[in-house]
Amino acid sequence: MAERITRDDVAKVAQLARLALTDDELDTFTGQLAAVLEHAEDVAALDLADVAPTAHPLQLGNVLRPDVVGPTLDRDEVLAAAPSAEDGRFRVPTILGEAP
Amino acid sequence: MGESFISAREVAAGVRAGEWTARHVADEHLAAVAERDGEIHAFLHVDPDAVRAAADRIDAAVAAGDDPGPLAGVPVALKDNLCTRGVPTTCASRILEGWRPPYDATVVERLVAAGAVVVGKTNLDEFAMGSSTENSAFGPTRNPLDPSRVPGGSSGGSAAAVAAGFAPLALGSDTGGSIRQPAALCGVVGLKPTYGRVSRHGLVAFASSLDQIGPFTRSVADAALALDVIGGHDPLDATSSPSPQPDHLAAVDSGVDGLRVGVLSEMLDMDGVAPEVVARVREAAEALAAAGAEVVEVSVPAVIYGLSAYYLIAPAEASSNLARFDGVRYGLRVDAPTTNEMMVATRTRGFGPEVKRRIMLGTYALSAGYYDAFYGQAQRVRTLIARDFAAAYERVDVLLSPTSPTTAFAFGDKTADPLTMYLNDVCTIPSNLSGDPAISVPFGTGGDDLPVGVQVMGPALAETDLLRTAAVLEGAAP
Repeated sequence: MAERITRDDVAKVAQLARLALTDDELDTFTGQLAAVLEHAEDVAALDLADVAPTAHPLQLGNVLRPDVVGPTLDRDEVLAAAPSAEDGRFRVPTILGEAP
Repeated sequence: MGESFISAREVAAGVRAGEWTARHVADEHLAAVAERDGEIHAFLHVDPDAVRAAADRIDAAVAAGDDPGPLAGVPVALKDNLCTRGVPTTCASRILEGWRPPYDATVVERLVAAGAVVVGKTNLDEFAMGSSTENSAFGPTRNPLDPSRVPGGSSGGSAAAVAAGFAPLALGSDTGGSIRQPAALCGVVGLKPTYGRVSRHGLVAFASSLDQIGPFTRSVADAALALDVIGGHDPLDATSSPSPQPDHLAAVDSGVDGLRVGVLSEMLDMDGVAPEVVARVREAAEALAAAGAEVVEVSVPAVIYGLSAYYLIAPAEASSNLARFDGVRYGLRVDAPTTNEMMVATRTRGFGPEVKRRIMLGTYALSAGYYDAFYGQAQRVRTLIARDFAAAYERVDVLLSPTSPTTAFAFGDKTADPLTMYLNDVCTIPSNLSGDPAISVPFGTGGDDLPVGVQVMGPALAETDLLRTAAVLEGAAP
């Protein structure tokens, strides 16, 4: 059985999810996530060592298509929807030199 | 106004026969929208000029002696998580406000190729996360049958559009009940096809192994016709089923004589399922028996774990799918000095509270140290549920249950505690986990005179059995 989720856990998860939470949100989410995870304890407590996991309802293998060029999206139309573009590419702020 | 309540099949037959024009049909429905959608708020986007122009193209085809197709001139409403080329597609989220997709979803292409006329894009819980449409960033949708109540969700706008006579056909998406539950609450038919029966290409993904597109209609036959049009293999969706489609419409009226029907006992005993809803399900079973079906009670024990498994699996997949909304390629960007800060600022401002909650839950369930206890365990439960359903389908052809534990509830009733809202989907979630098809059909009302939906479930690709069962219930409904 997993330990109860803490405020520090929630803060760490928010960082992983690229979300900035206020102190109030941290408190609210800690309580709410704990409640949902507590509800999930019925599942966590089952002995399912002999049961294979299902990731997907269809047991599909790889789906391949012939290796021929087909129609693709128009680059200008795609870039027109981007917040910022330059020289046929998506433009973003500084990446190099950022802390990890 | 009365003409805005005729069926999709009647609209198409009339347009193809030249009895009325697609333009006339479009104008009738646009008038209904103009008259009442200010109150209902089923739509996030309607462009009347574009609707009339599309209808005129259908009329021109008819005038030229061409057949526009089985949905000739039929107005359709599309949930706003289905991509429409050049037409805003928001997922009811600030993060996609103003975005115009560069392509159409496969289902949209197929509807239009069959002669349908797109009326507009409908409201939903943000990114389809919710059961009441109260999580839309652009305000809730009201239930046309009682505007003080929710229409259900997440496809609440599509359900309300069909119930209000804004369109005889709408599409929604169903990840844990998001077609069937609002259909039940608005008194219309809602079908979640088998996972893979309908292409998901162009559906903005919430939980990719659970999501499925399906129709809302006012009749079972219209649902069958819609599935005939939108279903079938699509090379652009690698999970779409290569199995050929049967003619669903042709099977609708074949009755249930000799069909084996199981009443799913666990779903009648679940906490929160209202006695009046249980009573309607039992009456539905009696109606099927009277029509010649063999009715028995069947246990599918693992369904009681469905809700817990779902609220680990769906948020986990959502946290991964929604990572794409980072301010780089489309939608909102909040400027900041570095890319990482820009992504954090964009996502923090762009996502609403329920979406953040599910991203957090999913990120946690997938994180190191918790993966096996939560996500891995939930995937094993998914196997149990599929196994128990398969065992039941050795004894019966279809299963019967409530769709939603209650009739439509009031705004704000279930927003204080997320778990209370999640419990709405307790009867619908298991079919998403197993990937099997399910349909909700109106069958009588609850004590408050609001509609009750009965759910018919079946094994993979057994839609014809669901549809003919639902058609008998439609004819026998009190």
